[in-house]
Order: sequence, then structure tokens, then C-alpha cells
Amino acid sequence: MKFEETKKKAIEEWESTTQKKVCIRVGTATCGRSSGALDVLKAINDELSRQNIDANVMEVGCLGLCYIEPMIDIYKPGHSRVIYANVTPDLMPQLIEDYLLRNNPRPDLALGTIGEGNIEGIPRFSELPMIKPQVRLVLKNCGHIDPVNINHYIANGGFGGLIKALKMKPEEIIEEVKKSGLRGRGGAGFPTGTKWGFCRSAEGVEKYIICNADEGDPGAFMNRSLLEGDPYLVLEGMVIGAYAIGATEGYIYTRAEYPLAIKRLEVALDRMREHGFLGEDILGSGFSFDMRIKQGAGAFVCGEETALMYSIEGKRGMPRPRPPFPATSGVWGKPSNINNVESWADVARILDQGADWYASFGTERSRGTKTFSLAGNVKRTGLIEVPLGIPLRQIIYDIGGGIVGDKEFKGVQSGGPSGGTIPAKLIDTLVDYEHLAEVGSIMGSGGLIVMDEDSCMVDMAHYFLDFVQKESCGKCVAGRVGTSQMMNILERIIQGEGQPGDVEKLESLANTLLATGLCALGGTAPNPVLTTIRYFREEYEAHINERRCPAKRCTALTSYYILPDKCEGCGICLRDCPAEAIQGGKRMVHIIDQSKCIKCGTCFDVCPPRFNAVVKVSGEKVEVPPEPVPVKASKKE
Amino acid sequence: MNTKAEMNLITLNIDGQEVKVERGSTVLEAAKAAGTYIPTLCYHPDLSPFGACRLCIVEIDKMRGLPTSCTTPADEGMVVHTNTPRIQELRRNVFELILSEHPWQCLTCPKNGRCELQEVASHIGLGEVSVPPIYKNLPKDTENPFFRRDYNLCILCGRCVRMCQEVRGVGAIAFTYRGGQAMVGTAFDHSLQDSDCKFCGACVDVCPTAALMDKSSLWAGIPDRKVATICPYCGVGCQLKLEVKDERIISSVPDPDGIVNHGQACVKGRFGIREFVHHRERLTAPLIRRNGEFKEASWDEALDLAAKKLKSYTAGELGVIASAKCTNEENYVMQKFARAVLGNNNIDHCARLCHAPTVAGLVQSFGSGAMTNSINEVGDAACILAIGTNTMEEHPVIGVEVKKAVNNGAKLIVANPREIDLCHFASLWIRHSPGTDVALLMGMMRVIVDEGLLDSAFVKERCENFDTFRESLKSFGLDFVERVTKVSRDRIIEAARMFATHSPATILYAMGITQHSHGTDNVMATANLAMLTGNVGKPSTGVNPLRGQNNVQGACDMGALPNVYTGYQAVADPAIREKFEAAWECRLPSSPGLTLVEMIEAAYCREIKALYLVGENPALSDADTQHVQESLAQLDFLVVQDIFLSETAEFAHVVLPAASFAEKDGTFTNTERRVQRVRKAIEPIGDSRPDWWITCQLAKRLGGRGFDYSCPFDIMEEIRDLTPSYGGISYERLESGGLQWPCPTNDHPGTPILHTNIFTRGKGRFIPLKYILPGELPDEDYPLILTTGRSLYHFHTGTMTRKVAGLNIIEPEGAVEISPQDALPLGIAQGDKVKVSSRRGEVITKAKVTEVSPPGVVFMTFHFAESAANILTNPKLDPVSKIPEFKVAAVKVEKI
Repeated sequence: MKFEETKKKAIEEWESTTQKKVCIRVGTATCGRSSGALDVLKAINDELSRQNIDANVMEVGCLGLCYIEPMIDIYKPGHSRVIYANVTPDLMPQLIEDYLLRNNPRPDLALGTIGEGNIEGIPRFSELPMIKPQVRLVLKNCGHIDPVNINHYIANGGFGGLIKALKMKPEEIIEEVKKSGLRGRGGAGFPTGTKWGFCRSAEGVEKYIICNADEGDPGAFMNRSLLEGDPYLVLEGMVIGAYAIGATEGYIYTRAEYPLAIKRLEVALDRMREHGFLGEDILGSGFSFDMRIKQGAGAFVCGEETALMYSIEGKRGMPRPRPPFPATSGVWGKPSNINNVESWADVARILDQGADWYASFGTERSRGTKTFSLAGNVKRTGLIEVPLGIPLRQIIYDIGGGIVGDKEFKGVQSGGPSGGTIPAKLIDTLVDYEHLAEVGSIMGSGGLIVMDEDSCMVDMAHYFLDFVQKESCGKCVAGRVGTSQMMNILERIIQGEGQPGDVEKLESLANTLLATGLCALGGTAPNPVLTTIRYFREEYEAHINERRCPAKRCTALTSYYILPDKCEGCGICLRDCPAEAIQGGKRMVHIIDQSKCIKCGTCFDVCPPRFNAVVKVSGEKVEVPPEPVPVKASKKE
Repeated sequence: MNTKAEMNLITLNIDGQEVKVERGSTVLEAAKAAGTYIPTLCYHPDLSPFGACRLCIVEIDKMRGLPTSCTTPADEGMVVHTNTPRIQELRRNVFELILSEHPWQCLTCPKNGRCELQEVASHIGLGEVSVPPIYKNLPKDTENPFFRRDYNLCILCGRCVRMCQEVRGVGAIAFTYRGGQAMVGTAFDHSLQDSDCKFCGACVDVCPTAALMDKSSLWAGIPDRKVATICPYCGVGCQLKLEVKDERIISSVPDPDGIVNHGQACVKGRFGIREFVHHRERLTAPLIRRNGEFKEASWDEALDLAAKKLKSYTAGELGVIASAKCTNEENYVMQKFARAVLGNNNIDHCARLCHAPTVAGLVQSFGSGAMTNSINEVGDAACILAIGTNTMEEHPVIGVEVKKAVNNGAKLIVANPREIDLCHFASLWIRHSPGTDVALLMGMMRVIVDEGLLDSAFVKERCENFDTFRESLKSFGLDFVERVTKVSRDRIIEAARMFATHSPATILYAMGITQHSHGTDNVMATANLAMLTGNVGKPSTGVNPLRGQNNVQGACDMGALPNVYTGYQAVADPAIREKFEAAWECRLPSSPGLTLVEMIEAAYCREIKALYLVGENPALSDADTQHVQESLAQLDFLVVQDIFLSETAEFAHVVLPAASFAEKDGTFTNTERRVQRVRKAIEPIGDSRPDWWITCQLAKRLGGRGFDYSCPFDIMEEIRDLTPSYGGISYERLESGGLQWPCPTNDHPGTPILHTNIFTRGKGRFIPLKYILPGELPDEDYPLILTTGRSLYHFHTGTMTRKVAGLNIIEPEGAVEISPQDALPLGIAQGDKVKVSSRRGEVITKAKVTEVSPPGVVFMTFHFAESAANILTNPKLDPVSKIPEFKVAAVKVEKI
């Protein structure tokens, strides 16, 4: 068959590029680029040509270790790949010379090895604590293949799922997806196969499928990384879905702020058309389907499916009540099926490897794996993929390496602004749809923001509500006015003007929003507030009743003081204070004029550790002299 | 018996009560049917469900969450709870949030007492608002002439936005910004004048609060009464309510239940009535010209003088020009006056200048010369051919129907040399050369016949003369048609196929078809096309001339024409004449009289010596107005009866002050033959009197008998007796809406669609046609074609609209629209002062350089006396209907 020939050629190309000679992979996804990967890439190319070394240099997606980008890996024939992290352009000449010319892989700089064979002094990449607990089903190609090279994709098993699917009846595919137990990775967790069934049985000749790539949760970047690292996997899943549902046209709705993902998708779509994976009569199956990219203009609410569809139609992205559901009346009023980026990628894997294989990961009701962007005060931030049902503790401590500065873990926000905060005491919660819901949060699309002891939960709730309030479309009363009124209350609490009864008022408003929000955005907006009240009520009460922020985070409730018995009158803080709020003189105990202080914390930061004279307090009073006094005098007292 | 209806019914349970509603109803509609109150703010019956205000939430058994009843379809067996304690509490909470965004300044609010928030508050039982107010402190928009927009009072219900987009198809306003800053606004926050806003006021009418208010009635208070009547502007016949306070009109608002307009109006009907009715320039006393100057006189003086003078001429020296603005009853009295008192048939009116070819043409083709179908059917058409009609500007509310059809998926073919608004909604726009309609339509028919797309059965069974007609198609080969019309053959073929293959298909046309020296041919061409494709006598089909004046249809129906009595009964028919002689107790002349244009010409030749002219302004409205004005000056005696001292009245010897439509009772017949009641809202202004009263007074002074009517009702009873098509149309029946003629008997329901089983004349007659060139073609001296028309913001010669300040702000003056291709070589830039001249005269106006005009064609409206387009137009007449060729005149444009 024709595909077999294509695959044979693809494998030839893949092997000649990555195995026949030196191959240097540079992670140039957005995370790498923002850390300087393009400069590294240039330095590598310069050095190779300077040294006249014959090597392939390949741009690849993200391996997920965002905290140590830029990353490169060097393959020398006969050796395993060696990964180097935190590289700089300056380092490249030396590294190339050491490894490629002198055969010294520089274990001191290396992070790990991939592939057959071991190199002394360098651990296996798969054995790294951040990697070991992970199961990379959808991220399997990220960081390994050239994302836009269709032959790389094919050589690594790409389009295997589609080939199988085109030989199946659409209903059989839907059954297979149902059997896999796949649930929507956009967050709500609706069974994907069941959803497809609705759209397939809806009346209509024209049907649409949509990939929701409007990832917008603060701190979430799973979809972007996947699209940048392996766009074909997502697109293959979409072609399979289109065939199963009977769709004739597809849209990839992605935010315009993802230019690299869009560029890679564009190239990928062109290549797929050239190779007959898209367009008329796909691979001779008689099935015709094509799709296009629709760029969103940066409205978070357009991730809501009905708003997204209006946006595709060129209308203002505002959610509408359902029914009718998109399965019967979606974009252009036609039956439409929308799934998240990751769901589509899962579909391609499921069809390739079988439902049973996929279902063997995860738990009884939450099958498979899930990607998360691990962010916040955790040591190892990045993109991870884990089997569902993994304990939260394992994600934070094993994969994430624990809290930065070994501070206390306070909680983790899962599910973005619609999710909730899971407190430290629930760190053994299993990460799956059911258990997250049980503790008041949601899976969401995969954002995990870890917070340490310095995080104020009221401030955190305020941050997320502020986000939702500003991103609400303004249509329904709950989303527009309800969030504004909740914001007003949170605002005054963090400003130290909270009033008794505010928590109850917040709860009452939250419950009104939950019950009356038009869409998921408005209806779930109170979740961060409700979960923080549920688990950290005492923090709210401290703010309101004691005018105290226990985390010393809310500036209106914190103060800086210079301890008279520790101040040596060195003048550093006085000089650096941007508000000129510090009085004093040489060998005089400095005093902060609280009325001038802007609470920037500069004095706290610059006070030499050997003195450690500046303290940050909330709700406490520190006794200081009314005006500068000589250092010694004060010490005597 | 009613099985089909029963099948379509579903039963649901609302608060324990069984309710039957039609499938497709929402839960809210079901609750309303059950008499259950559910508070709503964003819901409006004319708009799509929105679900924004969240007040109408209900609990439904077996359904998750609290669905909004306005968006949830009712289903068989549904059990709905509308008022549980939980719902009540949540509603109070939601309403609190709404009120927190809306200042409580009720006592100082112009909407106090009519605000829907107050209505909801009265049901919801809110003790206090526990959340603090959010005041947006946005500046009010008072810059535009018609609306006050105060978005501090806006509750974001979105009715205005949906109205503007869904119903009016304009989309001038939309939601802007996000979150708490979300509001309603124009693109880029431009002023309304700089947006696409047409100032129809539909947004104002659906606003539940005072966010959008009619500026002129802002502080006029709550009206004492609302009087249902008919708009006096165009022929659509929108049903309006005149709001009256202290015996003054404070506002005119479209009737939401209006069967013609469904709560819609245009800027003129909505905002252009109050001011002209109460304008200080209204004529309030009779005027007699003494020593060249008008002096006020008593009614007796003026009427005696007029009667004495009119008596001094022979019948042949007299003429009457009736008015398409007056009621049916008044036109009836005027034609009776001409025939029974003055003794001749010299009676005509401005229909001569608009739809005379329609009457002449459609009578030949179908047997009756009026719109075959109804306005409300347009929205259900599968294809619309709009040829020679600028529907959005000239018949805006029919434009709403056209947009409805387009929204429903209809194909719209616009044939117009100008890029009018309608083009932007069209599936196909044909930009043919002015005056080539016959060639275009015959070309399309040639394609339809050649490709076998005709409705053979209809042609065979319902029509005659097809073979001769088919012969005449031979001279319309596409090469020829392409050359003449300057439209590519592909487009002609596409249009032909589109029209022939989408059923039902309807044709709309207006002056672009009729105002030509071959206007009657144009009309018959449209009739041929409709018959050829079987599009006559069925819903949403037909040939639909859109008539210009509010009662031009009625004035024709009433026999204000030189050749027919009421209901188109020929004066030349002895039996008919005898009937009228018996009824009017007099002898009647047997030969048809002079047409309007002929009377003017006869005045010029001093064959007509005296004219009685009611509510018309030929000094501005007729072709070649210099000549018209010279003719008027030739008259020995001219009586003008009007509400204002028009340009024509300046030539009068006696001016009689008439009451406006708002000051009298009667009926108007709209373009779809619907007779509707006009009701007196206020007493006549000053000493003005209803036209019927004045004509009767004159008639009596001239010895006329049968003019002792006590009120218009008496006149209508006489009309019914003498007019078969109006036989069943009584004031009593009109109380419950209009009736479309023919309506011969009291139990006849009226006729929405003509020619259903049989054409009025028996069989539909195909008329073979030839292409005839316009009377005047561009040449070296006059290289451009001038075509004329109307604008949305003014009406006719501006007698009424130019008294309305707001309309004059939006469109203060005339202009000549010229294409950039023509303007550039002439050195003409936007706004330049230019001279437009033809063989008949010249006018000074401003240039509006726009691609709306095709190269070689310029356009002017005829509203403005100071740049009167009709100084330039060609008086060449259509040989059959005697209409002048307003639409094609050769002109030149020069920068001055």
C-alpha cells in the first residue's frame, strides 16, 4: 500500500538525520526560546561551521523541563544522546570541541542520556526524579522529532491510528474511543466517545469538528507545548474524529498569542495536504475532509465552546445558553464536535495502540494520562504527563522536587480560575476527575500552581477572581456584576478594610453565581474563593478581624520596621529607600516613617544579613524610638 | 377535526397546572400561556432568546441546574417549578446585582413609571440591596439628533443590540469591551452619525430602562392617550401610535402589534412627525393674494372667492389635482367634485409621476395594477428580485422584511445601477445601465426559456400569448443584452437561474422601473418574468410595485385619475357612468380627462385656466420644473390646499389651510392594498380644516349636491356602495385591523394575494417587448446620465421632513453623487460646489464623490428646493402611462 512506501521513505530520512551522523537537537519551543535557545542554536551552527564538523542540527519541541531551559542534546553515532540543560551560547564552542572533537561528553554539564548505552557519570534521563513517575503517551515525540517534519512523525509511528481508523466503520471508532475511557481533557471530563456519538447521530449533511486550542488559564501551557512539539499528533486525532463523526470541515481555534504553534500548525497542515492526509479522498478512502486555523483575538471566554463558535463565525465571543448543544447546533448552526488539543492527541494514540492499551493507564473511572503544567513555588517547573490517579504528593515532591527554598507547602491551585485550591493537608489526594471534585476543585485543562507558605490565600483568590472578572464577556448578570461585587469585597479585605460578615456575603454571592451563571466561566468563577474559604477561613478572618495577613503578602496589612537593637546605622537602607521614608544618620538607628513607606521591601532586602535589622510584620506592633537615636545609646537600653 | 394542530401540541406541567403549547415554544412562553408571571428583562418576543439577565430561571424536574425559561424549549411531560423558595431567593440575589449596576434615580428619571425594572421590582419583593452600587460614570450621548443614550442606566440586556442586528440587519451597535466594563457601543466608539445607524429608533423602543430615550419626548411626561393611526410618509403604511399629552403630539411610536410593521418604523415615522405637525410654519388661516401678497382671510371669504372664480370658467378650463397624502375619503370627495361639480374628468394626482406605468402595465398583463402579494410574505420568499427599488431607504420597513428573507436563507438579486444598501445583502448584484431594464429582464427570460427552466404548466394553464412573446425573446440574444446593459452574460445567466430555480420567488420594484419613457414596458417585463416562472398567485411570489406615498394606492382606488371612477371603473363605460350619475344625481362627462402632466402643459398653453390643487407640490416634484413653474404662473386662478405654504402655493391666488393626518379621521390604503384607519389624535392646528370638509364647502358653494357629509364615515359608506372592491370595507371592520381589497362583501376576509386561481383579467397575458432607448442619452455636451431618487431621511419635496430639525441635521442639503472616475478628470473633490446642468436648466449643489454611483451616472434626490433635481429631469413621457422619464436625463457636471 502507498502508506507503507511513504513510511519506508520516512524511516530512511529519520535514520539518516538522527542516526547516521552527529545530530544535535535544540529545544526551540516557546519556553526554550524565552530562555535564549535561538542564540544557542546560532552558536552551535557557527561553531560547527567554524570547526567544519558535519552534523545535523535539529529544532525540536520541549522535553518539559522548563526550569532548566535552554536544553540541547547531542547524539554521536554509537553513543546514546546526551542532554545538556541551562546551556548558553558561550558554552557551545567548548562543549562541541570537548564532546565532538575530544570525545569528552562533559558529565559535569550533562543532565542525562537517552537511548541505548550508558555514559559514565551521566544518569539515564528516564531515571531522573522529574521524569521517572511520568508516562508520556501524548508527549512521546516532544523534544525528539522535528515538529514540522512529517517524515519524522511518520517514522515514529505517526498516522498509524488514522490508517487503522480509515479501515474501520465510524461507529467502530466511536466504540473504540468509548472503550478507552477517554474523558474530555479540556477540563469537564465528559466521555469523548459519547460526545462523538451525539454529533454523529445529529441530523445534517455538513458537520464540523473543532480543536479547542484557546488555552488561557494563567500558568497553563500544556496545549501550546504539544502543538509546538508534535502538531501532527493533534491533527491526526482530528482527522480520525472527523471520519468517525462524519464531519466535512474542521477548525483549530487557537489564540493569536501562540504564533509559533500557529506557524507549525500551518506547515503541518500543508504537509498533510501534500501527503494526502487531508483534503479530497484522504489516502484513497473516499473520505474528504479539510481544516483551517482560526486565530482568537485574546479573549479568555472564547475557550468556552459556544463563545468559541461565535468567534469562528466572526461574531463577538459570548457564550449562549444550551440547549441547543453544539452536537446539534454548533458553528454556523450545524452539528459540531469540539474537543481539547490533548483529547485529539489522545485519540490518535488510542486508535494506534488500542483502547485496552490506553485504558490500562489511570484509574477505573479516569483512564489514561493527563498533561499538567507544573508552575508556582515548586523547584522543578515544567510540562509533565502522568497517569491519572497519581497522588498529588508525588507530583509536587517527586516530579516537582518540593518547594523552592524548602519552605512549607501551603496548597495547589488546580484547574485554573475555574478550579480550586487544594490545601497542604490534602496532599495525598489522588489526581483524577472524581477525587479532585471531591475536594472542591476540578481537573481543568491541567494547570497546577503550587503555593508556599508565603502565599496569601485571600490574595490568591483575589488574583483569580480579578482575572475572571476582567475576562468575563459581560453578558450575564452573574459573570459581569456578580464577579465585580465579589471583587469589591475581596478588594477591601486585602486592603485591610474588611467588615464582619464579608465572608458570609462572599459565600452568598458565590452561591448565586454558581446557580445562575450562564456559562462555565461565570458559573465556576467563585471556586477559588469558595475553596479558599473552605480550607483557609482563618486567613480571611485574620484579614478582617485582626487586620493581619498571615502570609504577610497583602501590602496594606504589612509593615516594615527597623529593630533598634539590631540596626548599626550603616545607611544602606536609607540610601536605597525609593520613597525617602527612612530617617537616620551615620551610627544613628534608622527609623521608617510609616506614613511615607510604600512597602516595597527594599530595606528588608538590602539590610546586610549580619545585621538583619529590618522586619516585616503584619498585625503586630514593633516598638521603635520616635526619632533616630545613636546606635550605642539604643543598644544600652 | 383539529388533529394536525393537536399533534403539534405538547403538554407540560407548570407549578401544578397542565399547559398545552405548540411544539417549539419555550418554557417561558408556556408559562405566559398559563398566566404565570416569570420576571424577565432581556427577553423580547421579537428577538432571539438571550439568557443574560438570569431572572427567568426555573427548576425543571430531571434537568440539571436552573435553566433560564426563555432559552429552554418546552417538552412533553416537563414538570416546571417557577417560584420555589430557592428560585425566589436566587432571583432576589440576581436582581440585587442588576440594581447595583443601575442608579436608583427613579424620581428624576424620564422613564419613571414605565421602566421595566420597576415592574420587576414590584413582583420580586426585594427588601434592600445589600451590595454597593457600581456607578460607571459614563458621559451621556446627547450629540445625536434623536436619541439620548445614557449607558449608566444600561443593564446590558442586549435587546437594542439584537434588534439592530437581528431585525433591522444594521448592526450599528454591539457589545463592546469586557467584564465590568462591557457596554453597548458603536465600532471604535464613533458617534452614531458616523456609524451605520439609520435612527429607526427600534433600539429605543425595546430598551427596558431609560438608557435609550427618544430625545424629543424625554421630559414630555407620560402621554394622556395613545391614538392608533397610520404613518403619513411612505406607502408601507406602518401602524403608529401617536402619543398625545395636553392636546399635543409628544411622540410617534410604531405599534408592536401592527400587522404591517410588527413594531418597526423608520426614522421619519418614529422621529419625523411631531415636529412637522406642530411646526410654526403650519398654515393656520386661509390666505388670499392681494396686490401680490398673501393676506389672512376668513374661511367664508376665501371659499366664496374661490367658488366665484372657479364658477367663471368653462368645465374644460378647469382641473383638479388631488393628493396621494390625503385620505381615501378626501380623494373620493375631490374626484366627485371634479366630475359632478366642475363637470369634467380633469382629475389626477402624483401617481402619474410614480406608478402610472404599474397601473397601465399590470392591467394589461394581469388585469389589475397593484401589488399582487403582501408585505409579510416577502420574508418567506426563497428568492427576491429587487429591481429599481432602493428598499432600505425608500421603504425601510419592507427592507426589514427583505433582510428577514435573507436571514432565512433566501437568494436576493439586486438590479440597480447604484450600489445601494441592499446590494450588501445580495447574493447577486446586477449593475445595469439606467434605462436598460427591459433588455436585462428579457435577457434573463431568454435564458430561462432556452434552458427549459420555465414553469410550463403554469404558462400553459394560466397564461396566454406565450408564443408571440417567445418570438419577441429572439431579439434578446445575450450578446445584445450584454452590450446594452453592460452586465456580463454570466451574471445574467446566474440571475436567471437563481430566480427560476428558487421558489417561491418574488419581484419587488419601485420608481427605477416606472419612471422611464418606456416605464409601462418595464412593468410588463416584470410581469412576464413572474408568469414565466409560475410566480403569480401563490404566497411569497408575485409582482410587487412598492408605492411611494402613504395613500397613492388609495388615491388611485378612489378614482383620482382622469379615466376611472372608484375601483378602476371606467368613465367611458356607459353602464358605470349611469351608476354614478344615479348616485350623484347629476350628468357626468363621458370622455377621460387630462393627466397631471397634460394639465400642466395645458396651463402653459392657457387651455386650462384654473386649478384646484390639493396637497401636491409639482413646482418641485415634476420633471422640468422650470417649465412647470412657468405653467403655474400662466394660470388665471390657482387654489392650493395644503398644510404648509409649499413652493407651489407660492403661485396660488387662494391658499386653504388643511389639517394634517393627525387631525382627522379617514382611511389610507397602503402599497399592499390594505385599507387602514387614520384616526384623529388632536384638534386641527389653528383654523385649519380637514381636506374633505374644505372640498365639500367649495362644492356646495358651486351648487354641488351630495356633499353634506357629517364625517368621513358617511363618505366611506358612499364609497362602499359604489365600489365593488371596497364593498366589504367598513369602519367597524377596520377597528380590528386593515382589510386588503378586493373585499366585496361584509363577510369577505379581504385578499392578501391576487390572481390565486384566475387572473383578474382571466388569463395572464404575456406581452412581447422591444428594447427602446431612453429618451435622452449622454452626448458630448451632456456626457453623464442623471438618475434621481429619495433618501431615507427626507420625503418627497421635503414639505414635512425639512421641518424636522433632526432630519436636517443628518441630511441638511442635497448633493450630486458622482463616481471618483468621473469626478477626478473634472477636478471635483468631496464637498466641492458644482453646477449640474441639462438641456432644461441648471442647479448648484455639492459633490458627493462616491463609488455608490457607477462611472457615467450621477445621482440626486429631489427633496431640496435649493438644488432641485427636477429642474434637470427630462419631461419625455411614457406613451401609455404619461409618466415623465425621471430616471434618465443627460447632464454635465462642472466645478464652480
